[in-house]
Amino acid sequence: MSDLQTPASASAAGAATSEAPTTATAASNASSAQATGGRSFLPRNTLLRHLLVLVLCAVGAVLLLESTDLGFNAQVGYVAFYAIAAGGLTLLTGLNGQISLGHGALMAVGGYTTALLLDVEEPLPLVVVFLIAVALTSVVGAIVGVAAARLHGPYLAGATLALAVGLPGLALHFDDLLGGEQGLTVSTPDRPDWFTEIIRTLSGNPASGVKWIAYISVACLLVTYFLLANLMRSRVGRTWRAVRDQEVAAELSGINLGAWRVVAFVVSAAAAGLAGAVLALVVRLTAPTAFTIVLSLSLLTAIVIGGLGSLLGALIGSALLVFLPRLLRDAGESLDMDAAQAAEISYVVYGVILVLVMLFAPAGLVGSVRLALMKQRARRAAGRARG
Amino acid sequence: MAETGAHGSTAASAAGVGLSKGGGTATAPAVLEVEGLSAAYGPVRALDGVTLRAESGRITAVLGANGAGKTTLLRTISGLVRPTAGRVVLNGEDVTRSPVEAMVTKGMSHVPEGRGVIAELTVDENLRVGSLFRGKVGQDEFDRVYDLFPRIAERRGQTAHTLSGGERQMLVIGRALLARPKVLLLDEPSLGLAPRIVAQIFALLRKLVDTEGLSVLLVEQNARSALSVADTGVVLNLGRVVVTDDAARLAGDEDLRHAYLGF
Amino acid sequence: MQEFVNLTLGGVITGSVYAAFALALVLIWRSTRIVNFAQGAMAALTTFIAIALIDAGQSYWVGLVVALLSGLVIGAVVERVVIRPVEGGPELNAVIVTLGLFIAIQALISVLFGVNQRAFVPPFSNIGFRIGDTTLGSLSPNTVYTLIAVLLVMVALIALFRFTRLGLAMRASAFGQEVARLLGVRVGRMLTLGWALAAVVGSLAGMLIAAETAFVAPTFMDSLIVFGFVAAVLGGLDSPIGAVVGGLVLGVALSYVRGYLGDTLVGLAALVILVVVLLVRPGGLFSTTQTRRA
Repeated sequence: MSDLQTPASASAAGAATSEAPTTATAASNASSAQATGGRSFLPRNTLLRHLLVLVLCAVGAVLLLESTDLGFNAQVGYVAFYAIAAGGLTLLTGLNGQISLGHGALMAVGGYTTALLLDVEEPLPLVVVFLIAVALTSVVGAIVGVAAARLHGPYLAGATLALAVGLPGLALHFDDLLGGEQGLTVSTPDRPDWFTEIIRTLSGNPASGVKWIAYISVACLLVTYFLLANLMRSRVGRTWRAVRDQEVAAELSGINLGAWRVVAFVVSAAAAGLAGAVLALVVRLTAPTAFTIVLSLSLLTAIVIGGLGSLLGALIGSALLVFLPRLLRDAGESLDMDAAQAAEISYVVYGVILVLVMLFAPAGLVGSVRLALMKQRARRAAGRARG
Repeated sequence: MAETGAHGSTAASAAGVGLSKGGGTATAPAVLEVEGLSAAYGPVRALDGVTLRAESGRITAVLGANGAGKTTLLRTISGLVRPTAGRVVLNGEDVTRSPVEAMVTKGMSHVPEGRGVIAELTVDENLRVGSLFRGKVGQDEFDRVYDLFPRIAERRGQTAHTLSGGERQMLVIGRALLARPKVLLLDEPSLGLAPRIVAQIFALLRKLVDTEGLSVLLVEQNARSALSVADTGVVLNLGRVVVTDDAARLAGDEDLRHAYLGF
Repeated sequence: MQEFVNLTLGGVITGSVYAAFALALVLIWRSTRIVNFAQGAMAALTTFIAIALIDAGQSYWVGLVVALLSGLVIGAVVERVVIRPVEGGPELNAVIVTLGLFIAIQALISVLFGVNQRAFVPPFSNIGFRIGDTTLGSLSPNTVYTLIAVLLVMVALIALFRFTRLGLAMRASAFGQEVARLLGVRVGRMLTLGWALAAVVGSLAGMLIAAETAFVAPTFMDSLIVFGFVAAVLGGLDSPIGAVVGGLVLGVALSYVRGYLGDTLVGLAALVILVVVLLVRPGGLFSTTQTRRA
């Protein structure tokens, strides 16, 4: 009797498993035909879909910036530079499986470059300044990446930690050029007249330097995420995933693991460079204290909270980095702490969150939600199959 | 084909136990009894209701092809793998849920696959780890092990990673003996060893069983050698007991040998 | 010449603290294949606990004992509560957990004790010995105490691991978890004890560094975690003796950098040394055939 049951249940299991690979390959082969493709209103072509999302996000950003006050506009700038860097780190850690605690230092490269280039009589156009900052950081990233490609896990973490602790020393060593402990104040470019005009016609709000920089930050963020999203969905992104998950198989199928790791590092360094440039504008100061190991760890927190490998997660995590401290600072001050002490509470929370996420939900916020959705869908599919 | 094999299993194993009981030698009391033991790795079933007994003062060999569940059986008995069903009785005590660390104090020594030498420690330290749980142990006990295995005695101060495969096997058996086990679980001791060394080790096992009343549950893929030294044979296939019988009779059953033992 | 001698001596002394800290990292790495990036922050916390006691009128020695004891407790609790679940899992998860502890504990120090620098009065004078009319700036009663303290700890650890049954059980657990369990060793307890001991050694390193620099901020161990890691990697990360030699070599090398090139480049120099070692001799300076495990 029991023997009769076994083959039956085995064949049922077989059917279930033979179904799973088909959906998996379908999803990975035609990245455009995502699981959502069937009922989504979004176009099937990846590029088109991402463009549409980009436009929607841009509209959303304008609405957000015009319906909130300047204080909030400034906060959005902070979210933007965290998110740009976290997006790059997501690609590196989430997609390619390499950890970096050196992205704060890479942001410093972008930030100091921007500060120096803007601190002249006739500064170059901002776009050019940003591109130079990105290029320079990419070069540094390539150097770091070549070393990093041969390391993994704790070794890579330790090496990039050393980078984060060591690199700010340069700012102190070349204090004539880089301003030493005090850092460099950033002379932000004036907002152009057309911007003032557009804002006035759009919302009637008065334009200001803060608003101008908020728009620049958001524009940088959107462009970065658009590029990163396309990259991650492309063949390149799949190769990175293969390098992470199937090291041996990838190598056997002719993928040069080292080269791909270096490329991933360069791309994420470029994002960090841009993030540093935006930081310079938003904070108006580049100083060693702005690029400590704590910055790198905060970025890591952002991508882990959001869910490794998800850009949306990186964005949500970055927003938490900016808005959580405000909430906690108020709480801390009500507990009679001085402002600096109260500000530290948020880092206690970040650390605890990092640990808790790793212990209880290693997939992060977005990942956990996705997993839950997938499970639900699978359950429903199973129910349908049974019925 | 597979179904008929599976069908035969319960009947054969029941009959097998009966046979060995009724066999030529008087029934020895069981030192280890395994009843309906099942285990799984995730969705994959590795053991499916295994029942067997290791009799006191005898060698019981568990045979079967790669993936038959032999190693999992030993790991489940000693608690490294948690069973999904069934129980393990050691000297009349149910030890199914006992922690791994407690097994050795209850009289079970498990020498895992791949020999389990701690390569970073010296030969002498490896032996001492084996007796740690007993508190202070007299030097004479170590000397006895070294007498049994003169080859490792010469190298007692060296780190174990310098030992050859055969020497490692001797070391782990010696280490297991220091725990004064009632039953010794041996996982593929012949793996990767020259036939001459295998014969030497099996002969020594036989001697220990015959002279000191040790009981052995031996897992082997090398069925021919194992049956030559064992009293009883248990054949596993796909996580189930296919047959249990007197070792000599198993070795003589040509159909069975071809179907499951590959010689 | 005098400066060279001074820098070398100073390097050996600071290096001995790096060595102790690296040793703590190696103890943990050996048994759990985890680099405890939170070790610096943990040591900073225990040092601040000691400072609080000393400020409240207790002697340095009471502070030291309490710091070491709290290190013991923190190390054990950390292993039991947050490390145990990630042991043997993906290595990235364990790395992130220790980093989470790092940031949380460091911030906790600021919340509890304030963000400002605190003066740390060394137990002995930091004024260098005089030989004739030359002053050996780096050799003072306090630095001699540092050397002796580190030496004592190392002798104690060697004695524990070489000559005691507990030490043998700990080593067996570190090198062969499963075999050790089958042989009746309570591996879980040994791992907890390993983390606790490592935290004690780390706490001592924190107290010694604090006495040398005389001022401590909540972040004062940031560079020590890097230097300790570099020293441990120099020695191969698996070898306690390697960690000690690595610590001394690094201490002297960084002392020269500090003396001849400037304080600001010390961190970068450590980075360069680390990267060169990792790329050229990944198994450490003293590796023979065994390479770093992938």
